[in-house]
Amino acid sequence: MVLMSLLEELYKEIILRHYKSPHNYGPLDSANVRVMGDNPSCGDQIELMVLTDGERIADLRFRGQGCAISQASASLMTDLVKGKSWLEALALEQQFKAMVVDGAAPTPELGDLAALSGVHKLAARVKCATLAWNALEQAASRAGALPREVRE
Amino acid sequence: MGYPKFMAIVTPQAIRQDFPLLMQRPDLVYLNSAATSQKPEVVIETISRYYRELNASIHRGAYTLSVQASEAYEQARHTLARFIGADEREVIFVRNTTEALNLVAYAWGLRNLRPGDEILLTEMEHHANLVPWHLICERTGARIKAIPLGPDGRLELEALHTLLTQRVKLVSVMHVSNVLGTVNPVAEIAQAAKAVGALVVVDGAQSAPHMPIDVRALGADFYAFSGHKMLGPTGVGVLWGRYEALETLAPFLGGGSMIREVYVERSTYAAPPQRFEAGTPAVAEAIGLAAAAEYLMNLGMDRVWQHELELAAYALKRLDEELPEVRTFGPRGPGRGGVIPFVLGDIHAHDVATALDQYGIAVRAGHHCAQPLHRKLGVPATVRASFYVYTTLEDIDRFIEALKKVRDFFKDWL
Repeated sequence: MVLMSLLEELYKEIILRHYKSPHNYGPLDSANVRVMGDNPSCGDQIELMVLTDGERIADLRFRGQGCAISQASASLMTDLVKGKSWLEALALEQQFKAMVVDGAAPTPELGDLAALSGVHKLAARVKCATLAWNALEQAASRAGALPREVRE
Repeated sequence: MGYPKFMAIVTPQAIRQDFPLLMQRPDLVYLNSAATSQKPEVVIETISRYYRELNASIHRGAYTLSVQASEAYEQARHTLARFIGADEREVIFVRNTTEALNLVAYAWGLRNLRPGDEILLTEMEHHANLVPWHLICERTGARIKAIPLGPDGRLELEALHTLLTQRVKLVSVMHVSNVLGTVNPVAEIAQAAKAVGALVVVDGAQSAPHMPIDVRALGADFYAFSGHKMLGPTGVGVLWGRYEALETLAPFLGGGSMIREVYVERSTYAAPPQRFEAGTPAVAEAIGLAAAAEYLMNLGMDRVWQHELELAAYALKRLDEELPEVRTFGPRGPGRGGVIPFVLGDIHAHDVATALDQYGIAVRAGHHCAQPLHRKLGVPATVRASFYVYTTLEDIDRFIEALKKVRDFFKDWL
């Protein structure tokens, strides 16, 4: 069935696994940057906690509630950007958004996040996938790590 | 202007023929009428005919066309009055229920509420009947209390006696819950509120489209509803007010049409309903809404309500018997409207709604503009299936079968 395949494309096993057992989930007492992200119209929430020296993401965790797409995206994102520099993380954010917003092919750097590429076909759900990434961009801004052109 | 003729029809299958969108999309099962209803041909045609044949500035022109347009608009007011058992001088055209409630909040609340006064709402209210009062409380120092929601999905009316003190100056409650389908005993609440001298406002957004309404029998001072949820167009709704109550109200919005005399420094105002209709109103929409009201009255609001009770009972029975993984909310037993909120295991409401959409089932998912209610239910979001005159038993069957497939798809993750 053509219709069913869209569901399978969207809700791959890895998405549901991260939804049910999110990685990097829970409080991060040592965090020095905290960001609350939400989609008020649907009630999804992400609290992102980051330990950073302004250059690198030494550690990060999240808490939140919401749909499988928003929570799995947050879980996969934290796996991917932990230990990376803010510049690397923001480059990944651009690649991720190009994939889910514009429908670009997933880059190899996105790794398991390629599983979220099907979201592009469902306009109503794009904001679920980008929720955690918007929070990450805000965290970068708070950490003073945004390049000038992004900050302005 | 006469409305296009239509047949007095009975079965929902026949009713569907009157809805071009449903005819054009035979694969669509539209179960989101609590958010907005589809529109029958007669409404679409009436609006189109207004612009083709009658369009003019109303209440001002000396020319025949303007007089005819004005008459059509006032005839629409008359029809809406008949729809709710009111006097036509008591029908104010507004944009929607939200604007109607804001009108009362600003025109009455801002002038009459003092620090220490209380506004009594309920825990099941839509944000439209919460946020306007929050804004008024910020400016007047009044406080909000709420009738609690019981675990059975009904209001705990025992609390009314302790909550209704002399400090309560206004009681505003929804007639039918947009999430749970609960029909609140508005007349009983109004009677108790009147005993302490409080003004009574009823949010009728989910009752006017679905059941016979006699505003006098409700015992309220104000009753608000939207056109787009009752087969009418967007952009028009009604605030009904008891005439004596309307007369005491200051204007909400100022401008043309709502005045008696205007000087550079001051003005005096027209009597209701004109006092509350500043500027050029939504004329075509009001006339379209009247066509929707006529359509519903032709069906018979008793029959409309009966149909929805039957659909709700049928859907709940099948969900109970065939889908143990589904948890529904809202009252059981008599007087449950055609609104069914549910969750499927631990799968989030948005994911369930996206999955149902793949089978052509259109449902709403989220907090349905009732965050306090969902906090009380203990879930962040629910899926909501809601029914109307064109909903058939086959629609419910297709919904149940699709939900079974969705359950099977997520079975390892429930």
